[in-house]
Amino acid sequence: MKRVYVNEEWCLGCHLCEYYCAFAQTNETDIARALKDKVIKPGIRVEEHNGICFAVSCRHCEEPLCAKSCITGALTVVSGIVSVDTEKCIGCYTCILNCPYGAISPSDKGAILKCQLCSDNTHGSPACVKGCPNKAIVFEERGM
Amino acid sequence: MHRKYVIIGNSAAAVGAVEAIRRNDRNGSIVIFSKESQSTYSRPLISYYNQGKVGRESIYFRPDDFYEKNDCDFRPGTSVVKIDIHSCTITTDSGSDEKYDRLLIATGSEPVVPPFPGLDTVSNVRTYTSFDDALALEELISSGLSRVLIVGAGLIGLKCAEGISKKADVTCVDLSDKVLSSILDDVSSDLISDHIRSNGIKLVLGNAVKAFSGNKAELADGSRIDFDVLVIASGVRPCASLFKNAGGLTGKGIIIDDHCRTSAENVFAAGDCVESVDMSTGKYKVMALLPNAYMQGECAGSNMSDTECVFNKAIPMNALTLFGLHILTAGSYTGEVSDDSEGNDIRRFYHSDNRLNGYILISNIDKAGIYTSMIRDRVPLDTIDFGLVRKAPGLMAFGRVYRDKTLGGKS
Repeated sequence: MKRVYVNEEWCLGCHLCEYYCAFAQTNETDIARALKDKVIKPGIRVEEHNGICFAVSCRHCEEPLCAKSCITGALTVVSGIVSVDTEKCIGCYTCILNCPYGAISPSDKGAILKCQLCSDNTHGSPACVKGCPNKAIVFEERGM
Repeated sequence: MHRKYVIIGNSAAAVGAVEAIRRNDRNGSIVIFSKESQSTYSRPLISYYNQGKVGRESIYFRPDDFYEKNDCDFRPGTSVVKIDIHSCTITTDSGSDEKYDRLLIATGSEPVVPPFPGLDTVSNVRTYTSFDDALALEELISSGLSRVLIVGAGLIGLKCAEGISKKADVTCVDLSDKVLSSILDDVSSDLISDHIRSNGIKLVLGNAVKAFSGNKAELADGSRIDFDVLVIASGVRPCASLFKNAGGLTGKGIIIDDHCRTSAENVFAAGDCVESVDMSTGKYKVMALLPNAYMQGECAGSNMSDTECVFNKAIPMNALTLFGLHILTAGSYTGEVSDDSEGNDIRRFYHSDNRLNGYILISNIDKAGIYTSMIRDRVPLDTIDFGLVRKAPGLMAFGRVYRDKTLGGKS
């Protein structure tokens, strides 16, 4: 299955991936209009410290601890993509308690927010990767 | 070979087992016995139901077609009263016998009801662990019985208090002087008590109920509390007696190994009814939590259908929200404590021998799972930047090799 992989040495720390992710979630057509004056809540987040930076998003684990721990059944694996039913999710954060990568965060709507590889919006494939100017994140099949 | 799987219980552990069995064996038959009448539902959601955050139709743990899709013979409202581990037979309350090739005991836990003098004189007593309890409580309160006394200020008592607080006048009594004493330490507990009180719950701590007379509770300090409805929330204990009576090995719960096998051949157990090794201490413990239940059930189901699976990562853990305040905890609170709290943003980490044993986060719970995995995987703290990760949870503290593997997909 294709996943988002990180080339850490090429990450510029520009945070564009976060903006493209937030934009993709809006299903709007213009990024400036969609995000102007908004505090963004991206499903991919850049970590930065002492000159090192890299982006972290859901690994879509083969054995997803988040989905196995989900108390409502809102988190399931759909064609390999760990997906959340935001109607069913009650925002208990048991998944946040269990994700070893810190890739799930609370949303503003009382549920959780995570990368679904843009399978849940009009972009079709990860907008973060398309927006990365330096190939620091790539969307590839690596047989893992 | 056509194999017959029998599962006693119908919650998370049973579901985990069914899903694992069906990955490996589409042909065997699965019979599920449940003493309750509902399809599998999420027990932790009952307080959300009372709160009005989850509707009746949303309490279910799996879609309607779960049993049909997984070709399960589901028998609701049927209790199993006996297991014979020699003849591989279970007996139901209607007296019928059922043979098994593989048995999963996923009987869960039952509420502890201390023998209070005069309890039999109280009208409207409930415990609070099942959907029926939630429905009954809802009915009592909406019939105008609005003064609710909850005995126990642990997880069950406080979630119940939150669930009904908008519609009822709630008092919560606990003989401990701390709330949530099973999942918090003293420092963090005091903060939560203040928060609960500020949300209108009367907390009476360090004071035990001595006796009841009618709908009046007499406390150890001589004071009295009048109430309309009594909720006993004094904890739960594993339902292990079926297996114990069958001659199986039990402690506080059914003892299982890292394959979720019991002492009896072809008998597995999972969930709240078991006692298993807590990774954070290396000792046997009852860890009655939904995530452990599902994963133990899945492990059991896998081994029952001949695909070897090990589950040795159980630790105590809780994600809890009370009146808008988020509390995430995991592991055990032993060793030295590093406190990185700022005001009401609590961050307390317990560690010893170069390992993280447990943590408590209140308010800012971002990326807490990174700490949980440090406990679960017994990560040596001198191989990461522990000072950094405590303040700024992230993969930064783990170094390049780990990130190249987990994020970069390099082996």
